Parts: sequence; C-alpha cells; structure tokens
Amino acid sequence: MDNYSWADLQNIFIMQGFAGISLFSVLLLMGLGLAVIFGQMGVINMAHGEFMALGAYTVYLCSTLTQDYAPSLAPYYFVFAIVIAFFVAAGVGALVEWAMIRHLYHRPLDTLLATWGLSLIMQQTYRSTFGAREVTPTLPEWLMGSYSPHEGLDIPINGMFVLGLAIFVSITLVLFMYKSRFGLRLRATVQNRKMSDAVGINTGRVDRLAFCLGCGIAGIAGAAFTTIGSTGPDSGSRYIVDSFLVVVFGGAANLLGSLASAFGIAQAQSILEFFLEGTKGKVATLLVIVVALMFRPQGLFPSKVRAH
Amino acid sequence: MIFLRTLFKNRGEMISFIVFFALLLVVLPIVLPIFRLNLVGKYLSFGFVAIGLVLLWGRCGILSLGQGVFFGLGGYCMAMFLKLEASDPKSTAIQSTPGIPDFMDWNQLTHLPWFWEPFKSLPFALMAVMVVPGVIAFIIGWAMFRRRVGGVYFAIITQAIALILSLGIDGNQGYTGGRNGITDLKTLWGWDIRTTSGQYTLYFLCVLLLIVAALAAKYIINTRFGRVLVAIRDREDRVRFSGYDVAMCRAFIFAFAAVMSGVGGALFVLQVGFMSPSLVGIIPSIEMVIFTAVGGRLSVVGAIAGCLIVNFGKTAFSEAYPQAWLYLMGGTFIAVVMFFPNGLAGILEDNATLKAKALKLFAKLKELKASRAAKSSVEAPIEETP
Amino acid sequence: MKLQALHKRTTGASLLALLTTGVMALHAAGPPTVQVNTTGLKVTDDTVTVGQLHSATGTMAISETGSIQAEQLAIDQINAAGGVLGRKIEVIKEDGASDWPTFAEKAKKLLVNDKVGTVFGCWTSASRKAVLPVFEKENGMLYYPTFYEGLEQSKNVIYTGQEATQQILAGLDWIVKEKKAKTFYLIGSDYIWPRTSNKIARKHIENVIKGTVVGEEYYALGHTQFGSLINKIKLKKPDVIYAIVVGGSNVSFYKQLKAAGITSDKQTLLTISVTEDEVLGIGGENLAGFYSAMKYFQSLDNPNNNAFVKAFKAKYGEKSVIGDVTQAGYLGPWLWKAAVEKAQSFDIDKIAEASPGIELTTAPEGYVKIHPNHHLWSKLRIGQWGTDGQAKVLYESGLIEPDPFPKGYQ
Repeated sequence: MDNYSWADLQNIFIMQGFAGISLFSVLLLMGLGLAVIFGQMGVINMAHGEFMALGAYTVYLCSTLTQDYAPSLAPYYFVFAIVIAFFVAAGVGALVEWAMIRHLYHRPLDTLLATWGLSLIMQQTYRSTFGAREVTPTLPEWLMGSYSPHEGLDIPINGMFVLGLAIFVSITLVLFMYKSRFGLRLRATVQNRKMSDAVGINTGRVDRLAFCLGCGIAGIAGAAFTTIGSTGPDSGSRYIVDSFLVVVFGGAANLLGSLASAFGIAQAQSILEFFLEGTKGKVATLLVIVVALMFRPQGLFPSKVRAH
Repeated sequence: MIFLRTLFKNRGEMISFIVFFALLLVVLPIVLPIFRLNLVGKYLSFGFVAIGLVLLWGRCGILSLGQGVFFGLGGYCMAMFLKLEASDPKSTAIQSTPGIPDFMDWNQLTHLPWFWEPFKSLPFALMAVMVVPGVIAFIIGWAMFRRRVGGVYFAIITQAIALILSLGIDGNQGYTGGRNGITDLKTLWGWDIRTTSGQYTLYFLCVLLLIVAALAAKYIINTRFGRVLVAIRDREDRVRFSGYDVAMCRAFIFAFAAVMSGVGGALFVLQVGFMSPSLVGIIPSIEMVIFTAVGGRLSVVGAIAGCLIVNFGKTAFSEAYPQAWLYLMGGTFIAVVMFFPNGLAGILEDNATLKAKALKLFAKLKELKASRAAKSSVEAPIEETP
Repeated sequence: MKLQALHKRTTGASLLALLTTGVMALHAAGPPTVQVNTTGLKVTDDTVTVGQLHSATGTMAISETGSIQAEQLAIDQINAAGGVLGRKIEVIKEDGASDWPTFAEKAKKLLVNDKVGTVFGCWTSASRKAVLPVFEKENGMLYYPTFYEGLEQSKNVIYTGQEATQQILAGLDWIVKEKKAKTFYLIGSDYIWPRTSNKIARKHIENVIKGTVVGEEYYALGHTQFGSLINKIKLKKPDVIYAIVVGGSNVSFYKQLKAAGITSDKQTLLTISVTEDEVLGIGGENLAGFYSAMKYFQSLDNPNNNAFVKAFKAKYGEKSVIGDVTQAGYLGPWLWKAAVEKAQSFDIDKIAEASPGIELTTAPEGYVKIHPNHHLWSKLRIGQWGTDGQAKVLYESGLIEPDPFPKGYQ
C-alpha cells in the first residue's frame, strides 16, 4: 500500500464496508428460512438450497412470461416475481411437509438424509425442465448499475436492493414471531410440545405453517440472488453449508443470533478476502467458525430453554 | 467356539456372513471379467467407510457427514507414496526440476516440500494411511464430544470440515495436485498395479482386508464395549451417570471409523490409480452415508452390500438412463429412510424374524391342536357320561 | 477364446464380402476388415464403433453439452457422406457425470469392454488427467476439444483445442498494442488451467511486454461473492483485467463488475474463458465491450463456418449457440476420419502415426493442421462482445505453432 491517495482509500473503505454488508444480507437471507425450520423445529432441511433455486427459477419463469406476453410490465415484474416465488416455494414446502417431514419429526438425523434424497430429485427436475445450462432472468434496468455519489465511489444498486429486502424480511419475521398469534403458538410449541397440545394448540398445523414459512423465505432468498448470480440445477448445493453454519453459529433457536452470526461471518470473510487471496479467505473463515463451534458448540447466543 | 459366539449372534448371521464373502472371494472373480471385478474392488473400498459408519452411526448414533475426509486422507497418504515412486528423475526428465511430481513442477516448485519427504518410505506411508485419519478424527471427536456436541450439530460441523479440506486441497495446487488430484500412479515398490494380475491381487487383498475389518467390527459390536455404544446411542445420560466416559467412547469409535475409512481410501487409490479432492468433499461424504443407509446401518454385511448395490445401480442406470438415475437414487433414499430405516438388511432380517415367528406360531398351533386332541381323547369319555 | 472365434467369424465374413464385391458395390468402397483392424477393435464390414465420453449430468453438463452436440453432428455428416473407409460410424455414449473417477471408469469400459479404440470426449483438465493413464495403458485415442493449460503431450491424445501459449501470447500482444496497457490484474478460478495460464501470462507480461502484474488471485469454482475482489481492482486501477473465471462463478463475476460500475467504457477486460456458451448465461448486456481471445467465434464469416452454423442450428434449434470448444469438438471426428483414411486403418498406432501433418481445409475456424506434438496449428482471434451475445472479430493472427512445453514460460 504505497502510493494511494487518501480519497482512494476512503472510497475503498466505504465500498469494502458495503461489500461486507452485502455479503451479510446474502447470508442472512439464506439463513433466515433455515433458522425457522432448523432453529425452531429442529428439522435439518438439506433441500434448503433447492428451495432457493426454486425461487430463482420462478423469477426466471416470470421474466420469460413477462417478456413474451406483457413486455410493458418488464420494469415492475421483479417485485411481483419475488412475491410469487415466496408462495411457490411455500406451496411446495407444504407438500413436502405433508408427504415426508411430518413423519420424521422425532428422527432429526433422518430428516437430514430424507431431505438430501429430496434435493437430488429436485435438482434433476430442474435439469430436466430448464436444461443443464445456467439461466438468468432479464432484470429491470433500475436494478442494475451503481449509485455513484462522487468519482471513484460506486455502490451497487442490486446489493442495496438485496440488503433492503433482507432487512424487510427479518423485521417482518421478527414481528411475526414475537407479535402475532401464530408466532406465540410456534414459540410455545418449540418450548413444550406436549403442553401446547394440551392447551389446545394444533401443533401439527403449526409445524406445517412454520415449514412453509421457512421454505417461502428460502424462495425469496433465491429470487433475490438472481440479481447477483445465475441459477443452475446445482446452484442450491452451493449455499447449503454457508446457510447451516450461519444458523448453527448463531445458536440455533435464536433468530437474533442468526442475524449476529451472519454479520460476523460476512465481515470476517470479506475482510479476509481483501487481505488474503480468494480461496484462502474462505477457508480461513470456515476454519475460524468450525474451531469456534468446537469450543462453543451452542453457538453465539444459546437459547435458555431446552427444546425437546 | 466362544470366540465365534462373540462374533455372531446366531447361526443365520454367520451363514450370511460366510455366503457373502464366499461370493466376493470365489464367485465374482470367476464370473466377472477383470474390468468389472476391478469396479467391484473399487466399490468395496467404500465398504470400509460403510463398516465404520455402522459402528459410528448405527451403533453409537453419531452421524458424520465427513467420512470422505478420512477416506481422502488415507487415499492421499497412499497416493503420495505412489506418486513419488512414479516421479523418479528418469521418467520426469522433461521437467524443469526432474525428480519431483509433475504437478509441483507445473506450479514452479523446485524441491519436494518437507511433508512429502517421509512418504518416500512405504512403511511410513502405510502407517500414515491409518494413523493420520485416526489421530485427526480423535482430536476432532474428543474436542467436540467433551463439550457434548452431538446429533445434528456434529453432522453439520463434520460437513463443514469436509468442505474445508476439499477447498484446501483445491487451493494449494503445488502441494496437493489441486482439483486434478494426484494422477498417473503406476507402481508399488516396482510392482505394476495396472496389470491384470496386479488388479486381481489387489482385489483379493481388498476383500481379505475387508473380511478382517468386518470381523473386527463384529467383535466390537458384540463385546461389552459394543453394548455400551448402543446404550450411549439410546440413553446417553444414563451411561454417563453409570460412570462411563462417554466422550472418550465416542471419540474412540469415531477414530476407529476414521482408520477404517483411511484404509478404504488407500485401497481405492491402489485399484483406481488416482486420488482427487472430488472424493473428499460434501457430496461423496453424504453418498457414503447413503450406501450405508440403503444396505442397513445396523448390519456390517448389509452396509457393504449397500455399497455394491448402490454403485452397481449407478453404473448400470447411468449407462442406460443417465437422467433417471438421480430420481431413482433420491427416491430410494427417501423410501429407505422413511419406511425401512434399517435398510435392506433390516428388511431381510424382518422377513427372517417374521418367518421364524410364523413357524413358531405354526408349531404352537400344532402343539395346541395335538394337546387338545390328546385332551379330548382323554376327556371324551367323561363328557359322554352325563 | 471367444474373441478369437469372433475374429475368425469376421474374417470369414469379410472374405465373403470380398467375394461379393460386384454385387455389393457400396461395401466395396472399404478395404476388408482384417486389413484395417489388426488389434481386435469393434469394426465390422460396414460399421466402426467409436466412443463419446462427456458429462451429460452434474455441474459440467452446462459446458459439455455443446461438445456432445457438435461431435454428433460431425459424425452424422460423415455417415451421410458414406462413412469412413466405407463403414458407418456407430457411437457408444457414456456419461462421466462430472466426476473424475467416473470418467476413468467409463474410459476403461469403452476401451476394454466395448473395444472402441477412438473416443471423443472430456472437457475439464481434471477429467483428462483422470483418463489419460487409461488411454495410454489400453492404447486408445482421445480427441480432446477444450483449450487447456498445455504441459502435456501424448501419443494417445489429439488436442483439438488450443494449448495455453496459442491462446495467451498473441492476445496479450494485441491488447498492449491497441490499449497501450502496462498494468494487469490476473484473476482465475482455482484450478490448473487458470493458474498455469496466468503463470504464462505473467511471464509474458514481465519479460516480454515489460509491464507489471498488480494482482493475481484465484477463487474456488462456484464462488459467487466478488465484492472484495472488485474493491481491490478499483484500488489498484489496472489497465487490463485478465480474467479466467469459469462455470457459474462467471455470471456472478460479470454481473457484480457491472453493478460496481466497472464497464467497458472505463475498463479494459480480456478473458480467455468466455465463449458464446458462457455469454448465454452471463447475458450480453453484462459483458458488452469486453474482449475474448479465442480461436473461434460463431460470428466468423467464411463459407465453412456459415455452413456449419446453419447445420448446427438446423439440428439443435435456432436458439442454440456455438462456442470455441463446440467448434473444436466438431473437428474431432473429421480429423479422425482424415487420419484413418491416410493410414488406411483403424488401428490406434497407425492413426497416431498418420495424424501429424493432416490438414483440414473445411474447418469452420479455417485451415488447421496437426503438429507432430498432436496439437493443432491454429489462429488466434480477438472478439468484442455485443449486447446480443455475439462477438465482433477485431483481430486475427497468423497460424500459431502449438508449443505445449514453452521454453521460458515454465
């Protein structure tokens, strides 16, 4: 770092901070859905990544349909597509819960294996339907490009969009969990299933809704990621380890923990990537997390209540 | 006889064990051409991992999604020795630094890294095949089990470790061969492993070692230690309260499974002729669990058979219908997990017990009938007298 | 025993075929099987079987689909024109499933079990490295279509793509001449091809061009977050970004570059890993104005290429695109046919011997010729991408000699 001007460094500092924040929003979106499914219900959904891919493919489909039938709507379709992605993913989630997951609630390790089988099937379905090539939806112009307040400083608009979406989803989810009737029932079920049954909560229904919600959020995440990457049949499997680590590192049963851990991991990774070389930064981050988990297996913010 | 009794619970188990290995040792080599037999040998090297998983997962309830790590470590230890032997100064004369493995030369290394040096010795390499995975597994296991990390968390952390190792191998191309792996392995102490006779020898070596491993696993299962493992799986706290060191038991069995995987990895390398990070990462690690689950997570023979069946299915199906293969595999897997948690071995065993039960019931009925008949013949005269 | 019997039977059959030459005029076009097949390959009087080994499933299916299609097209065309030595080509397709051990297994199956001898296939370096020992031991012939890192030469492989120096040196020279570039930032996916290519590029930049490399980095395949990298680029302000990013990462990389304001009006970018196939995924609008250095672009305007593009689209649909590797895959069967006809034999040894010096004037990329080191003499072209996903060819070099072990670049 020899002859860089002060303004350069300042710009880089701001942009690097934003790179960290944008990675944070990506990890957060990945983790939130899983935090509901895994953190609250103890179900390990290995097909989580495939639900994200489902959201992304939904956007792609919407984009193609819009272009073919209503090209005038092209600038706005993306917002609707995200909503549709949520419902499609949630719908498929409901189906999966009904057919598979509900029979396995008492065998958490087995849900892991069964959902892995599911992820294979979903991947092949994508491959047969959309082809092996990666696809990208045509994004509205306003999402591309950068916001540039002065020379040398560029803040990507798609990054800001994803960040905004991540914040919106987190706030909605927190409100939903802590302020609504359903949230109350869900938390009650998590804390003590038998008691909840006894006081008349339909825990089966709560489980299904929670699973749907988690899958739906995964769908939103996948939809949002179409702005920064492409979608292929295997793209889901790229996200899965990251998402699980976010949730586990945060302390599984704690939404705010996931938030904090996504932030920590994102900052660590983007800073390490800046100073180390690409792959090494990633490996170093993973190593730190795994070692930290060995010493603090309950994560950053362990829940005070034992879930059974 | 007592020894046999520790190994096998009943005669049926012993017979199935003998039949299975007789099939591998005698029938397959006669029936199959060497190309297919070599494939069987390759699949059987996964059988070592499966045996480890039976102990670890079936018996002790620890699901590791990182067995590929230990398979890979064992494989790489073996491959490093073979690669050094294949890279003598004469056959690498074209390189700018002759005498080091080709990929090091491509990455501008000018001398052998220090950790490669000891792998010039075969005894060291063979030892490392078992010691390296064992020690690493023990350290990881002990650190985690002591803090009572278990179940799902253990699975996810081991999965992350698999990702770390495969990324690490990818990223240090000069030292590990990177994504290409270590290829073009030719001889073991001057003995060509690629010839037909070499492959036959390696196949038999693989099966014999597999028998040893299977017997060792069966021995562990049927000793007191084996029963402690099951107790840990079912009620960990009670075992702890009874004064057992649960963490140590688990760490030991994890290390044992890792050693098995390492041996499997080494045999894989010998039979296939190369090693690459694609056998280390997340997907192969989960696939190894799939083999075990399909075959039966409680049964040693079942798990090995699972490796053969799934892999043969894969080969046969991917030759005919590559598209349908993933559907079939995913579907089978879901079905096995949901309906037959003990896999094929479980189904067969259930059948056997059902049969036995039916036979017993039948015998009982017969007995009852007979006794009733006897009774009636005795009682009849009495009834007739009002 | 069985084989011998089979052999005898085919011998008898071919004698019969000889006797009936007058009646079956078509078959007479080919010499008898005993003569053209002395090593027990799967060749009959009217068919010859070859293998095709690519990934139809898994992560690499994205890239390999084009090669599969082009090879099939070439084989169909050869068959329509009467086949090779009067024999129709039959293909046994195997799926490597993007998994290197599977590639080795299937290669062995094709050579040992199916006795095909010649195989068109492989894409990644890793898969080639995995099958190479099999081909050398079982004496098969592999036609390998991808541009690759070099440092390899085998009697049992014909490399129809370019090796690294062919693809790199002329491209760098051009960009230096056109853009007066002095500083370079090298980026790649983390495996042997990008690393070796960047090594060659670095030596050329430092020793020949006398420029400087201000950064060199590698990211794991499938990496999608390039924020930190982009910031480093912005800090170092290189004249040229030299990018060898592959696979799914490509899309994220170019999208994020654009989102960060790095577009062609402010920054020169030269890549050797983006073909028309990749552009399909990345989207032309994210690439517009950047340069690729390849030996082939779909937009090449010559009679050979126009016919090729037309035939390809007729077979695989109007929307299909053709990239560099696809074209190189198309060359494989034709080069093999030429070698077989020159050798008058399907024997691998004879094909290997006959191959050097074989010329193809009908190649879509123009004239190619096999060098004694089994690589092709070929040209390098620079294309500038447009928003429609097609490249405008700005520069064309002369024929470049393949040099897989370049002195001074190792």
